[in-house]
Amino acid sequence: MRGGGILAALAALAALALVPVLAAAQQDMPPAPYAYRQLDDPAQEAEAQALMETLRCLKCQSQSIADSDAPMAGDMRHQVRTRIAAGEEPEEIRAWLVRRYGDYVSYAPVIGETTWPLFAVPLALLLVAGAILWRRLRGAR
Amino acid sequence: MIAGLGLAALWLAAALAALQLYAGAMAQRDGGGAAAALVRPAAVVQGLACAFAFVMLLWLFAVTDLSVKLVATNSHSAKPLIYKLTGAWGNHEGSMLLWVAVMALSGSLIALVERRLPERTMLATLAAQAFVGLGFYAFLIFSSNPFERLPQPPAEGLGLNPLLQDIGLALHPPTLYFGYVGLSVAFSFAVGALLTRQVTPEFARVMRPWVLGAWVFLTLGITAGSYWAYYELGWGGWWFWDPVENASLMPWLAATALLHSASVLAARDALRAWTIMLGVVAFSMSMLGTFLVRSGILTSVHAFAVDPQRGAFILVLLALYIGGALALFALRAGSVSEGQRFAATSREGALVFNNVMLSAILAIVLLGTLYPLLTEAFDVRVSVGPPYFNPVGAIFAVPMLLVMAVGPLLRWRRDSIARIQRPVVLIGVILLAAAAAALAIGGVDLLPLLGLALSAALALASLMPLRRRRLHRVPLSVWGMVVAHFGLAVAVFGMASETAFSDERLAAVAPGETVRVGPWSVTLAEVLPNAGPNWTAIEGHLVASYRDGDPVALDPQSRSFWAPVQETTESALATRWNGQLYAVVGTAGDVGAVTEGDVRRWQLRLWWKPFVTFIWYGGILVALGSALALVGRVAADVKRRTVRARAAERRAEVIE
Repeated sequence: MRGGGILAALAALAALALVPVLAAAQQDMPPAPYAYRQLDDPAQEAEAQALMETLRCLKCQSQSIADSDAPMAGDMRHQVRTRIAAGEEPEEIRAWLVRRYGDYVSYAPVIGETTWPLFAVPLALLLVAGAILWRRLRGAR
Repeated sequence: MIAGLGLAALWLAAALAALQLYAGAMAQRDGGGAAAALVRPAAVVQGLACAFAFVMLLWLFAVTDLSVKLVATNSHSAKPLIYKLTGAWGNHEGSMLLWVAVMALSGSLIALVERRLPERTMLATLAAQAFVGLGFYAFLIFSSNPFERLPQPPAEGLGLNPLLQDIGLALHPPTLYFGYVGLSVAFSFAVGALLTRQVTPEFARVMRPWVLGAWVFLTLGITAGSYWAYYELGWGGWWFWDPVENASLMPWLAATALLHSASVLAARDALRAWTIMLGVVAFSMSMLGTFLVRSGILTSVHAFAVDPQRGAFILVLLALYIGGALALFALRAGSVSEGQRFAATSREGALVFNNVMLSAILAIVLLGTLYPLLTEAFDVRVSVGPPYFNPVGAIFAVPMLLVMAVGPLLRWRRDSIARIQRPVVLIGVILLAAAAAALAIGGVDLLPLLGLALSAALALASLMPLRRRRLHRVPLSVWGMVVAHFGLAVAVFGMASETAFSDERLAAVAPGETVRVGPWSVTLAEVLPNAGPNWTAIEGHLVASYRDGDPVALDPQSRSFWAPVQETTESALATRWNGQLYAVVGTAGDVGAVTEGDVRRWQLRLWWKPFVTFIWYGGILVALGSALALVGRVAADVKRRTVRARAAERRAEVIE
């Protein structure tokens, strides 16, 4: 019992000692090939760029993956570029990323259960603005 | 010792603010007497005491007094003196002290010189200002004391975030704060006028310089912040719809609406309730900007001070001020009549239209900024970014820009489109021609296309108020409007052009190789190490030439700071009249360099951004325009007052 405890503690210590090494190894890995490389076809690159500008870098604060040096943003840029090169549609890639990381990854909210006010409020604003202008400007003649 | 003096001065200022509030309130009840005589002196001394406290904080930072917690956590003895000083407000506590010091000094100024309004209104205004000030003093003293001491001074300070060690950014927050303070003064005037039922053209004229001044600073602050993000973050983006950027944009939008509304009130005695309402909204937005940014509630690239413990205090203050102001407005608005009437096709009509559009844009930005925070409270995380703000904002911005082109041509009160038919047709022709030209170039999306067309039309239209006038007799305030409107057209053109025509090139380059981006060819000469007082760097030496013209040297760096440890990219820019070449060399880690066989390759990021500089030139022009208007208005006021004083003297002589 006691021996088991010591062994477990040793194993935990060893694991702890390894963690920084692993983390360092992960950071030192060279970035994925298409993180900092453009696609050869300018049309495809433009498509990829447009998509990247609307995807959030999950490890950053309010930056898109097109604006970040974070390794994760680089990996995501690689994903986007290789998938575009393979002929996928940008919206398919967005949907895939949303399935993987949740709605949070996309800067372009779509109408849904949690986001409908983002679209209802501008509509209401249009109506209110119209009503205010109608009342103020028509009644004043 | 120094810290003790600073804290004592802060307490003194708080006590004087309490006195100012009490005496100002008493003076309302019975016409004043003894209490009324106290208000102005209290405001003057309060400003001096608070300014003294801030000077003490500057001193502590200048000598790096590490026994003070704020200095120890934000400064470092090896930092250049200028960044030691700017470090005093590069943090939560110091920036709050700067805010309240500027506000208290503004209070001193109005207490000393402003005598145009009825005295009761002035005393109510100063009492309102003291009420706002008290909240800040309480916040500073009880939850954000900048003079807090450490029992055991550390051997060395922690340093300042290297991203903030940049002169542009050092001046950016205080610039915005001056703007926020100007709006708080405008708010105090609005409260004073509302309480004493003096919502008059005279009130608008007294408030207007403060709104204009606030607007100058907000415009400059936003412009500088945008340029800072552009060259410092290393990816060439100039607006991210980041919550902190939005927090500075919202007061600007509200101030823009307030400014135009106050002008209508001053000139035509119309839009009384509207002006008061916008005053309340503008101040609420600056509160939101001040508190949300520094509290860390908004997590973003700018939120360096993350401290959720202060959240409760901040929410109470926000609720108190915004809620209180709205409640006061709701109670008293009924007693404020709307004033003079006007037709839809009149200058007032156009201004009303645009104020509604500005308010709608403000509502959209507010919604897009706060909604993700709201859903996060319910554990649903959504992102709202450019794909939302750009098109939804454009729904209101496009009509606004169209009306803005025509509005200044209309007469006050009542006019007809037929009278200004010719200029309107000319503006329309330019609009369509610019749109056709952009379409002919091709590959331009709808929003930048609209931007290009509208900016061309607006640039022409903004100059039209000068036609058939003798230029040397045009009042300074009209010049101000022309310059500011033209500046907005310039900025919109820059934004649209950058969005439509930018060219990007990412490449792994060995020394000696050449890369093309847009009309530029860029050669990497060599990569060398470099070092500064608190950083080391690799520095790329690039030689660029525009259409095979003269070579231009560019030296982008990738810096590693050690106090605290952080890497930053220092972009290098080659500016031409028609745009900027933007160069970045990859970070010093393995991201930056790739070795293939014997050849070491370096990661280069290059952009050609046609007319991108027009964004900031436009911002500067807008600020210049409002500065001209400010000078024009104040000069006219001074002149009017001296004329009146002289007339009174002459009358007195005649009677004798």
